[in-house]
Amino acid sequence: MNQVISQNGQTQAGGMRELISFRIGAQEFCVDIMAIREIRGWTAATALPQSPSFVRGVINLRGAVLPIVDLASRLGFESTEANDRNVIIVAQIGEQVVGLLVDAVSDILTITDDMIQPTPDVASETAKTFVRGLIPMEGRMISLIGLERVLPELELEAA
Amino acid sequence: MDPLAAILETFFQECEEQLAELESGLLAMEGGDTDPEIVNAVFRAVHSIKGGAGAFSLEALIRFAHVFETALDEVRSGRMSPTSDVLKTMLRAADVLADLVRAAQAKEEGEHPNAAALVEELKALSGGAVDTSGSEEDWGDFEFTPSVVAFDAPADAAPVEEVEIQPGVKVTFKPRGDLYAKANEAAILLRELGRIGTIEVELDAHEVPPLQDLDPEAAYLSWTINVTGDVTEDSVREVFEWVDGDCELKVEPLGGAPAPGADAGFDLSALLARVQDDTPAAPPAAIELELEAPLALEPAPAPEPVAPAPVAPAPVVAAAPPPAPALPPAAANEHAADGQGAGSRKAEAGATIRVDLDRVDRLIDLVGELVINQAVLAQRVMEAGLARASAVAMGLDELEQLTREIQDSVMAIRAQPVKSVFQRMPRLVREVAAMTGKPVRLVTEGEGTEVDKTVIERLADPLTHMIRNAIDHGLESPEKRAAAGKPAEGVVKLSAAHRSGRIVIEVSDDGGGINRERVKSIAIEKNLISAEATLSDEEIDNLIFMPGFSTASEVSDISGRGVGMDVVRRSIQALGGRITITSRPGKGSTFTMSLPLTLAVLDGMVVSVEGQTLVAPITAIIETLQPKSEDVHSLGGHARVISIRGGFVPLIDVGMALGYRREPLPATQGVALLIEGEGGSRAALLCDAIQGQRQVVIKSLEANYRQVPGVAAATILGDGRVALILDIDTIVTVSRGDMRKAG
Repeated sequence: MNQVISQNGQTQAGGMRELISFRIGAQEFCVDIMAIREIRGWTAATALPQSPSFVRGVINLRGAVLPIVDLASRLGFESTEANDRNVIIVAQIGEQVVGLLVDAVSDILTITDDMIQPTPDVASETAKTFVRGLIPMEGRMISLIGLERVLPELELEAA
Repeated sequence: MDPLAAILETFFQECEEQLAELESGLLAMEGGDTDPEIVNAVFRAVHSIKGGAGAFSLEALIRFAHVFETALDEVRSGRMSPTSDVLKTMLRAADVLADLVRAAQAKEEGEHPNAAALVEELKALSGGAVDTSGSEEDWGDFEFTPSVVAFDAPADAAPVEEVEIQPGVKVTFKPRGDLYAKANEAAILLRELGRIGTIEVELDAHEVPPLQDLDPEAAYLSWTINVTGDVTEDSVREVFEWVDGDCELKVEPLGGAPAPGADAGFDLSALLARVQDDTPAAPPAAIELELEAPLALEPAPAPEPVAPAPVAPAPVVAAAPPPAPALPPAAANEHAADGQGAGSRKAEAGATIRVDLDRVDRLIDLVGELVINQAVLAQRVMEAGLARASAVAMGLDELEQLTREIQDSVMAIRAQPVKSVFQRMPRLVREVAAMTGKPVRLVTEGEGTEVDKTVIERLADPLTHMIRNAIDHGLESPEKRAAAGKPAEGVVKLSAAHRSGRIVIEVSDDGGGINRERVKSIAIEKNLISAEATLSDEEIDNLIFMPGFSTASEVSDISGRGVGMDVVRRSIQALGGRITITSRPGKGSTFTMSLPLTLAVLDGMVVSVEGQTLVAPITAIIETLQPKSEDVHSLGGHARVISIRGGFVPLIDVGMALGYRREPLPATQGVALLIEGEGGSRAALLCDAIQGQRQVVIKSLEANYRQVPGVAAATILGDGRVALILDIDTIVTVSRGDMRKAG
């Protein structure tokens, strides 16, 4: 954990960082590669009662119980109709390990910090909550996502 | 951690063990056990603490332990009989000693409030035998001497050997400072003596000055060694050849008996020469053994009163002295144990190792995964259509058995006797008894019952609270007891036992029982129940577990602290346990706690609800039944009740409660689990079907997610999928709320 953080810090200090980009519907997103543990295929999740709709349930990741967040639904799109072509990005968020359900992983990008443009002030709450910046790449726009708030917050959703 | 701190840490760990041994020993003596071994164990415990304290110059601890030890020695030697009063004082002294150890560990300064008074009491007991100036410091300083050998007081020398008058020599050996300065070591010399004959060593430490006067480079100790067996003055002197002039050495025939004489000496060297020449001629036994020992070993228990010094002993050290009858093994062991100084190992009482708890937990996790993996594999094999009798399937069966055994054994690593928590209770009882002025006797049973370490740790607080309560509220005052024709001394009983895969712990008192009138009026007053409610005796008794019941008028120093029985119940529930109370007016009350043996596995009933697989803890289930339409009744809104043998219990659709479905399942299409929640309330949980019963490994949901209402935890089933474990009580409570809303 500590190591991950410090490495993360180093790449930032050096100005270069690696990101994993993935597709949800027609849009492209990316997250810092240091937060990613593994990428695996979709397996049916066990539904969790009393949970927000974007929590698809839990799966067994080698003996650990891993919650699956439907990132499309979390970001305010139509929720993903999960099938065998979908993938789960296993990410470390703080102390917790979480699976992110996305349509497909597309690329590993190496970028410098100055390539990241600030998010324009748009009305969307979701954009403000999750998008940390925009990266133009070969005519496409890739949104850099911060994962800290992907899991439901306890006090908000428990009610 | 620097090495000294690490050793200190070990010392404190050992202190804990010694203190526990001390207390249990004293309690056994109080219970009338007169086994001298117990007295010895008690003495050793205090002695070891003192020794260790000396090594770390924990002055307060040394002083107190010394006085305590002296008093104990009076008992051990039979000069003082361990009457009940004496033992009560000693138990209190043990408490103070424990406090002092803790204070030393926390590096707290200042005097213990009771220490001085108890020192006086102990001194009074030992009839002023305590020499507070000299001997006390002796012991403290003793550990600082350059010698690493710890000998015990002469009193400890087993008298067994004295019966035999052996040919031998008496050696008086007093090293000077120069001896140590030249890197010689008294222990090695003594051990060397042990190689040529049976030795019996007495330490003379009376020259050791108080600490402030101690010259670290001076030598204060001297020894008297009786060497028996085939030895001569010359062979003894040979041992000391290298330190000649650096010590005072006196060698004389033993007990006036004529020494074997010079001839033997000559023989010896001649024989030595012969052996070195590889002459096969049989040399006298002593030498034969000495030289052949490395091949011929194992020698009998080494009759070596010298405690093993950190200096690695050569393999020959245990050279046996064949002509002299060896010490009986028991005596030898006693020597070894008595000779223990600071921080050395305890007398062999079952070999144990200390293991980092994380490693054990990691192992348990891995085994849990192995069990799951094995189940997945088994399922795959079945799916592949292999016959049950096929070699693969049979191999799998064996694997399953092995996995189960591994799992059980691994779980057993974490299991510990409840003794460790029970042992804290006598002290509590003494303190509370003193505070309330009620004489109390604590009776404990089943201390050896084993349960998971985490369960034990988390039992301490609720137990403490319940015992306080039992004395403070449960027991009547001595006057009232007398009036009721009971003995003045109240009895609080603490017992543990295994019962159907769980551990059952009971705290009972022989007091007045629960005052139901009063409990009920308080509950009404506090709006916990309505004034018209008709409650059974059992229900009234269980009112004390309700949040907010704890009564202001009852809050006292002892059981007050703003903690009520509801907190006790919550902490027991958090462990997956249940607590109930039974009470008989005038006879007393009994709190019964039933807890899982481990927090890692659970016996579950696997059920399916709306396509989901769920696990209900089997401990909560009373029976399963197939609801008949005539037994199910609607009760306003969508609430339903089911009639079971004449009584009505709420019927809760699990699928609805968890939000898996919007429309309730027709009762006749499902199966109902009749469950008993905390506090004895019953309900029937309606599920679609029952899949079976199995033991499941509990996996945390909170680790990567958060708590989910209605779900206690998760597990992984044979097909590799996650199944949720139902939190039955929450489901019942939540549905009750729904019903109220609906009605």
